[in-house]
Amino acid sequence: MLSTSTLPLILTLPLLGAIAIACVGRWPNLRETISLLTAITLAILVFSWFPEVSDGARPRFVLSEPLPGLTLALSLEPLGMMFACIASFLWIINTIYSIGYMRGNDEKHQTRFYICFALAIAAAMGIALADNLFTLFLFYELLTLSTYPLVAHKGDAKTIASARVYLGVLLATSIGLLLPAIIWTWVATGSTTFTLGGIIEGKLAGPAVGLLLGLFVFGIGKAAVMPVHRWLPAAMVAPTPVSALLHAVAVVKAGVFSITKIIIYIFGVDFLFNEPSAQWLQFAAAFTILTASIIALYQTNLKRMLAYSTIGQLSYVIMATVILKPLAEVGAAVHIAAHAFGKITLFFAAGAIYTAAHKTELWQLAGIGRRMPITMAAFTIGALSMIGVPPTAGFVSKWFILAGAFQAENYVAIFTIIGSTVLNAMYFLPIIYFAWLAPPADGVDMNHGEAPKAILLALSVTATLTIVFFFFNQPLLDLESQLVESLPL
Amino acid sequence: MNLAEHLPALQVVVPLLTAPLVILLRNGFLAWLAALVASGVSFGLAILLTQAVLGTGVPEYAVGGWQPPFGISLNVDGLSALVLLLVTGASTLGLAGGRLSLRRDIDNRRAPMFYGAWLIALAGLCGIAVAGDAFNVFVFMEISSLATYILIAAGRDRRALSAVFKYLIIGTIGATFYLIGVGFIYMMTGTLNFADMALRLGDVIETRPIIIAAGFITIGLALKAAVFPLHIWLPRAYTYAPNAVTVFIAACSTKVSIYVLLRFNYGVFHGNLLGHSDLFSVFIVPLALSGILLASAIAIYQGNIKKLLAFSSVAQIGYIALAAGLATQAGLMAAQLHMFNHALAKGTLFLCVVAFVLTTRSASITKLAGIGRRMPWTMAAFVIAGLSLIGVPGTAGFISKWYLVVAVMGVPGWGLPLVMAIIISSLMAVVYLWKFVETAYYGTPPDGDVSAMEVPLPLRALIWFAALANIYFGLAPGLPIALAESGTSTLLGGLL
Repeated sequence: MLSTSTLPLILTLPLLGAIAIACVGRWPNLRETISLLTAITLAILVFSWFPEVSDGARPRFVLSEPLPGLTLALSLEPLGMMFACIASFLWIINTIYSIGYMRGNDEKHQTRFYICFALAIAAAMGIALADNLFTLFLFYELLTLSTYPLVAHKGDAKTIASARVYLGVLLATSIGLLLPAIIWTWVATGSTTFTLGGIIEGKLAGPAVGLLLGLFVFGIGKAAVMPVHRWLPAAMVAPTPVSALLHAVAVVKAGVFSITKIIIYIFGVDFLFNEPSAQWLQFAAAFTILTASIIALYQTNLKRMLAYSTIGQLSYVIMATVILKPLAEVGAAVHIAAHAFGKITLFFAAGAIYTAAHKTELWQLAGIGRRMPITMAAFTIGALSMIGVPPTAGFVSKWFILAGAFQAENYVAIFTIIGSTVLNAMYFLPIIYFAWLAPPADGVDMNHGEAPKAILLALSVTATLTIVFFFFNQPLLDLESQLVESLPL
Repeated sequence: MNLAEHLPALQVVVPLLTAPLVILLRNGFLAWLAALVASGVSFGLAILLTQAVLGTGVPEYAVGGWQPPFGISLNVDGLSALVLLLVTGASTLGLAGGRLSLRRDIDNRRAPMFYGAWLIALAGLCGIAVAGDAFNVFVFMEISSLATYILIAAGRDRRALSAVFKYLIIGTIGATFYLIGVGFIYMMTGTLNFADMALRLGDVIETRPIIIAAGFITIGLALKAAVFPLHIWLPRAYTYAPNAVTVFIAACSTKVSIYVLLRFNYGVFHGNLLGHSDLFSVFIVPLALSGILLASAIAIYQGNIKKLLAFSSVAQIGYIALAAGLATQAGLMAAQLHMFNHALAKGTLFLCVVAFVLTTRSASITKLAGIGRRMPWTMAAFVIAGLSLIGVPGTAGFISKWYLVVAVMGVPGWGLPLVMAIIISSLMAVVYLWKFVETAYYGTPPDGDVSAMEVPLPLRALIWFAALANIYFGLAPGLPIALAESGTSTLLGGLL
């Protein structure tokens, strides 16, 4: 039995890591060793909680109580446990990758990069462990602020302008919509604590519920439900490890995680299922999925295409959540994990191509499979997972989401998922085909080999995991099924 | 009588009596040191008084043993203690952090006079907070104002002279309005003591002189508190004053006027004048709202960081006035908490400006480009205080924003538009602060010099102490909340 007093350690460990990195910034080897050690220690700490939470333990720790009834508290429940595991584990791999990428591209300000990275992980841990909306909001803002220097890393005028969009959209939505939503919840219910079954029932009814849901969904800009998705393509100016952090490890995952958590623990699944005013959200999610997929179809830049693919995939999670049936809730949780493995692989591959060959556009990729077989093999696995082809992680989550949709007889969801699968295949398969089979385009320099070893190691691991997850996902399913065990099937 | 009973009097006497001693010192450094010690002692006294208020309460102090209503009485409750903490804290922060800056701004020969004036201003501001009668409030107000004019004009920037002249004229109009109002009330009730006035006003309610008095007092104090659009003296006065002086006055001088406004409107008029609180709301809330929105918008377009922060102050005073104008318990809580938290954030921000200008010798934002890379520690503290100003959770500013939003949500019918206004203004605060933060971190310095140029360690430590206080009071705001609760119960005491 672990002591609950180790919960704050999950937060402080990356913070201490950040301070240590700042102190030894002059010695790159030591700095990166500390980054890696912090990441590993954190992951061990987080994973050591997994068995207990899986057995039903719900540790809770109160940090402080700034206002009466409004506490800064941490707790672990299945959803947060999973998010913390993913983020802390992928941080290790991302650190290995970053070392290869940042050195390979001779980036400047590497110390600032590693400090902000550690801070962002601390914020992500805070979001995962948040026991109430107030704590969630605090770490949500911290995550935005700590990733801003990462997005603006290059520091030139174009990057700054994009970083401004990033910060502007995320801060404006969170202060403008999320905060009022939290205060409204507080005023209406007198609580902000995440409680299984929700706290809204009986306190609000009718259109107010739909409105509050809207404030939450669009206030959490990190989930990139259209039209608040603009920051995500803008943030593509960041170095690739940061894009991987944004897309797979922390930022967007924090967004959909927060929405899922709020729907399950604040609104309550049953209550929302019977509330007609909340039905609009599945249409918003369906619209986002299809529109983002179509926009992705038209992209010529690899990273931008991946960004729009992410926007679509995020709304999968939201759509799965608002199907509001047990299997779909499990599917939503699993999709957070499955998409994380697949998308981080894709971004790692994009970064590897940039580092080794300095290619960013899709037409330049023709024939690259023969030069960079490992990278492109990983890319292929990631892309198949996005489409949802077995034996990849993406298939598992899609299976559950579809099963839930059939259970609810929700045809909007079923058709959206089928339609977007076709679209996903339409934009990913040609790339795979051209990369492996087509001859190089004219005038494209093909005199390059594979990316640095650290990068290859990282993307091989994530690609392997994408496949392993297909066969070995029982512990996660066991964990997440606790989310819904109280629900009628 | 032991010393503890004399605390309210000592709060004024210590700086007031040190002032002439400081002027006698011929050496700028010694004068500064003496002023710092006196200010530090005042801060200590304020802390002791706060403890006493939160503990057993502070008995009314009769000056010279003459009992009120005939003698002068000094009264300290939660609200006064809160203001005393702000005033003495800001003064100490400004003096301690402004040593290098003031040495550059103030001629060494005139330094003793300057520090003397500083202490007199401090004594006056403390006096307003402890005075138990309307006339002594006026006297202390004049003392502090005259001394403040000297402080603002003392720097080398000639533009300060025209700025201070404007301030002088408007400040005097405000004080005169206040005095006219007090005169009318004295005419009708024959008393100046706040408590006595509240009792006797009941006999003469709804007479025209009293209503006129309420109008004069409210507008006079709104002028002094720089409630929009009566703020026109403020931006230039803050901008052209010596930087350390700005730390002092920006954190507390307008708050003290709001303190008197609260005392009069709630302590004296609220319970007596029928419909007064409605009139007060109708007068102050629209002004506060336009201040919140327009001043924030104007701040976005400022090219000088001090002026930017000054307009931000006008907007923040709008928040306080809005909360106070709601005339509810929640609103009063929010107003007092925001007085405290805004002073904390603005004091820290202006202290960072002191450090920036020490390096660059200019407060223009273009000249400050790249300062974040040259002074990473100071800039990080600036960001923390800026977040507090915006109201990001985990900082002090969030606590008062929370109270404010909860308070306006309770206004029937107007909850949503008011919340919208607060949110829009917060977002504008993000814009104007981020405009500076971005230039500071990613801009290129005008002379291309990016070498590290941090200010000396003691100043950096002080800045960080202030910045961490913003975080501390965001996570553990027990003290200001307790004081504000105590203040609210005295202000609304007669009604609940």
